[in-house]
Amino acid sequence: MRFLQPTTWAEALEAKAAHPDAVAVAGGTDVMVAVNFGRLRPAALLDLTRVAELQEWAPDDGTVRLGAGVPYARVISELGDRLPGLAMASRTIGSPQIRNRGTVGGNLATASPAGDAHPALLAADAEVEVASVRGTRRIPVTDFYTGVKRSALADDELIAAVLVTPPSGPQQYSKIGTRNAMVIAVAAFGLALHPDRGAVGTGIGSAAPTPRRATAAEEFLAGELAGAGLWESRAELPAATAARFGELVATAASPIDDVRGTAAYRVHALSVMARRTLTWAWADYRTAQEV
Amino acid sequence: MSAPARTPAGAPGHLTGPGSSGGVGTDAARPDGTLKVRGEFAYGSDLWMEDMLWGVTLRSPHPYARIRSVDVGPALAVPGVRAVLTSDDVPGEKVYGLELADQPVLALDVVRYQGEPVALVAADHPETARAAAARIVVDYEVLEPVTDAVTALGHPRWNQVHDGTAEVTELSRESAHLHPEGNLVRHLKVRRGDPSPTADVVVVGEYEVGMQDQAFLGPESGLAVPAEDGGVELYVATQWLHVDQRQICSALGLPPEQVRLTLAGVGGAFGGREDLSMHVHACLLALRTGRPVKMSYNREESFFGHVHRHPATMRYEHGATRDGRLVYVKAQIYFDGGAYASSTPAVVGNGGTMGIGPYVVPNVHVDCYGAYTNNPPCGAMRGFGSVQTAFAYESQMDALAAELGMDAVELRCRNAMEQGSTTPTGQVVDSPAPVVELLRRLEAMPLPEAPAELDLRHMPGGVSNTTHGEGVRRGVGYAVAYKNVAFSEGFDDYSTARVRLEVVGGEPTVTVHTAAAEVGQGLVTVEQQIARTELGVDRVVVHPKDTQVGSAGSTSASRQTYVTGGAVKAACEAVRGRLLERAAGLTGRPAGELRLFDGAVVADGLELPLAEVLGDEAVEETLEWRHRPTEAIDPETGQGFAHVQYAFSAHRAVVDVDTELGLVKVVEMACTQDVGKAINPQAVVGQIQGGTAQGLGLAVMEEILIRDGRVQNPSFTDYLMPTILDVPPMRIEVLEYADPHAPYGLRGVGEAPNISSGPAVLAAIRAATGLPLNRVPVRPEHLTGT
Repeated sequence: MRFLQPTTWAEALEAKAAHPDAVAVAGGTDVMVAVNFGRLRPAALLDLTRVAELQEWAPDDGTVRLGAGVPYARVISELGDRLPGLAMASRTIGSPQIRNRGTVGGNLATASPAGDAHPALLAADAEVEVASVRGTRRIPVTDFYTGVKRSALADDELIAAVLVTPPSGPQQYSKIGTRNAMVIAVAAFGLALHPDRGAVGTGIGSAAPTPRRATAAEEFLAGELAGAGLWESRAELPAATAARFGELVATAASPIDDVRGTAAYRVHALSVMARRTLTWAWADYRTAQEV
Repeated sequence: MSAPARTPAGAPGHLTGPGSSGGVGTDAARPDGTLKVRGEFAYGSDLWMEDMLWGVTLRSPHPYARIRSVDVGPALAVPGVRAVLTSDDVPGEKVYGLELADQPVLALDVVRYQGEPVALVAADHPETARAAAARIVVDYEVLEPVTDAVTALGHPRWNQVHDGTAEVTELSRESAHLHPEGNLVRHLKVRRGDPSPTADVVVVGEYEVGMQDQAFLGPESGLAVPAEDGGVELYVATQWLHVDQRQICSALGLPPEQVRLTLAGVGGAFGGREDLSMHVHACLLALRTGRPVKMSYNREESFFGHVHRHPATMRYEHGATRDGRLVYVKAQIYFDGGAYASSTPAVVGNGGTMGIGPYVVPNVHVDCYGAYTNNPPCGAMRGFGSVQTAFAYESQMDALAAELGMDAVELRCRNAMEQGSTTPTGQVVDSPAPVVELLRRLEAMPLPEAPAELDLRHMPGGVSNTTHGEGVRRGVGYAVAYKNVAFSEGFDDYSTARVRLEVVGGEPTVTVHTAAAEVGQGLVTVEQQIARTELGVDRVVVHPKDTQVGSAGSTSASRQTYVTGGAVKAACEAVRGRLLERAAGLTGRPAGELRLFDGAVVADGLELPLAEVLGDEAVEETLEWRHRPTEAIDPETGQGFAHVQYAFSAHRAVVDVDTELGLVKVVEMACTQDVGKAINPQAVVGQIQGGTAQGLGLAVMEEILIRDGRVQNPSFTDYLMPTILDVPPMRIEVLEYADPHAPYGLRGVGEAPNISSGPAVLAAIRAATGLPLNRVPVRPEHLTGT
């Protein structure tokens, strides 16, 4: 197994172009587990930890450009105010050691339906910036996931960054595991309210072949909020609306039975998480007015 | 976490003489503690020799299959491969086992479980060895596995039994025999009192316990080194060196003096190292290649490399008077032993003889079965047959209390065993049995208060942010349990200790040499403490554990402090006797007036340093020590003096359940346990905390999931154990009522808290949800009806 260790982004892209079968590794929390168990024997490992450009985040034209190599621990400590949904998702991940190593870029590269960052990125309408020696492109995260552990990334491409717009309204994230920490999601849900454009964002994790949005639920809720003038009035959200939103989110899932949970439980849990997170987010939105 | 109380204070006696700091009854520090905390302790997986080879195991992918042929040629052709072995290369007996020799060293013509070892490879590098093993061609004829103990025995399902007539259905045809003698490993019967009793109130329940894993962190590891005499030295992480040695000698066809074992650093055991794993395999490869061979399983292989806790299916019927006196208990208990016997007979022994709990019941009718299936082999795990039945009998006590409209603790106290009670096996309990006190003390403890403000870490779901209080209901549950200490049913249970006292560098030094495995529990500390107390010498060296001294018996059954502690105490007494005789000769004072104190022989007006008594000579004694004998039980009635000692513990669990999402947060565990005498109080509390956490784990998450004989979750990603956010603060009260038959009055400690913990958690979840819940681990699906 070759070990490639570029120190600049240009070198990294050249290395990936020259070795399209190389597997990129950042925190190693997915890749090295697979290597250690003999499930992954790539022709080459492409270590990105020395590429300084990937290790930083910065405001970028109204968004936050989060380098692919920024670990979850920094998302939590440095971006809790700007990217609250993603920071909440990051808090649910693994142990402190894993959060010190694991990265949002790596979560995207693995593209597991259970990846914890995905529902937050979907709800926030994030974009994934990918690059190759051919150039750079931005992929809406909704289009990024193409199948179980498959993504829109081409063989010669690497993930440079994820671009997330700081929210105009509250965000929430909720995840079910069968213990109270260090657990892979049985089901997860991300929610973002976008009062600036009268929109609702959602993300469902671990309940379909890919992370996905609950489009019908988003449209239903946006319609209800607009129709009743609730964005402006910030009045109480009818309980029936929250319940219906939960049901519609559950309908968007197509889960399976596996060792972590049954499909029926996942559907049920999503409806509860969606209802509760909406209730919390709406309470935040109403409180925000009073400040 | 509150400081543990000890009751009665300081009892029994004041054993720590001023001349021995760190003696019995003190929180003496572990000799290996600093190394372990600093990450410098050498575990079995750290073993290394310059010229060693790496051994790997090829395992069956099928739960049940006939082997048509094995072609090792492609593996031998891999450069760097030094040996490839199959069952043909086993020179001695080709099968082994703890209690019955039924398990092939390497598969013969049939594999009976997924993961059964088929062939071995030794190579210069572990990667080479694994690649070569993958090239071995095994032609399997796949067979239909037997995956259920009741089906394996052809027993009717209980609804049929309940109706009184067992219809002949598909299920009541016994499955094909997996072993020549059939699928029954053991059937234990307990018959006491009226065979057809009746009662005012009857409660029937059926219960299931899933397959728990010991999940020790240090994987199975060892290093075999060929010796010049044609024998082999094996360094291995294990629980009982001599029973390993016996089985290895049998497989290798070598006498014991040519198979020498030394204990390697053990990273947890919990019963999972009682059976052989890589022991014979590494020795075979070392003897074949003439090179040291290291074998160390990875996490996934470890799940296939050791036995697990028996899953159990149980049906209980309790009859009581209206005022809450138990009239009878009937129970049918099925343990799934998996493909090989391992310690299933003894697990059935415990499950059956103690299967109704620490209660006095005049009429008892228990049938306890252990069966062969094609599931992973099951054997020893902390609590050993008592964990499973406690879920059933304590659930029954709660159900009965509900039926009677009686407080559940009160019902338990009305029926509690006490000193002088007779057990269902006809044994009179001849030492303290403070069951009522354990429960009443728990009841008297304050209940935890709800947190003042929202902190996700205290909510079901933790920081995964699933509830801010919505759907959360609190429940409180109690359970009490008992467990035999040491080996039972007439087993010749002994330990050997060699104690040597000499002056080293001018300082009196005791060396304690036993073969008792230190698996993390702290026996090495206990050995030092006993020697300090008995010989008045501070400096006590624990000799490496090996087979150069006689057997200490197994580090299991909560027995080592009792049995090896007893042996060390006895050997120290023998050394002391000789020393004082010698001092009597030197001083002209009668030995009876002399005692040992702070490195000297002292009497009124006399203080003679040990250096002057001993000079250049050493006093050494080696002896075997036995607890009082037990006896086999009657095969038809189960009656007999089966157990030498009982340990008692009780738990109160407080849980918060998110009833809508089915997530559980254990808020607090409180435990009361009688330990007779806390030799090392801090270590005792550690055992109670650990046992409590392991019991909690089985109640709410720990399970090896099997489908069609295949393990679905052989990883710590999906075999979940409690984290720090799952293990709550604990209130612990340690009682010390001496057992007059035991050294220092002590009781074995390690298992009891593992038994009462889980049933208390289950009871608390029931109380919070109102659901009947008859299976552990409880999953969110059970709580949400999904």
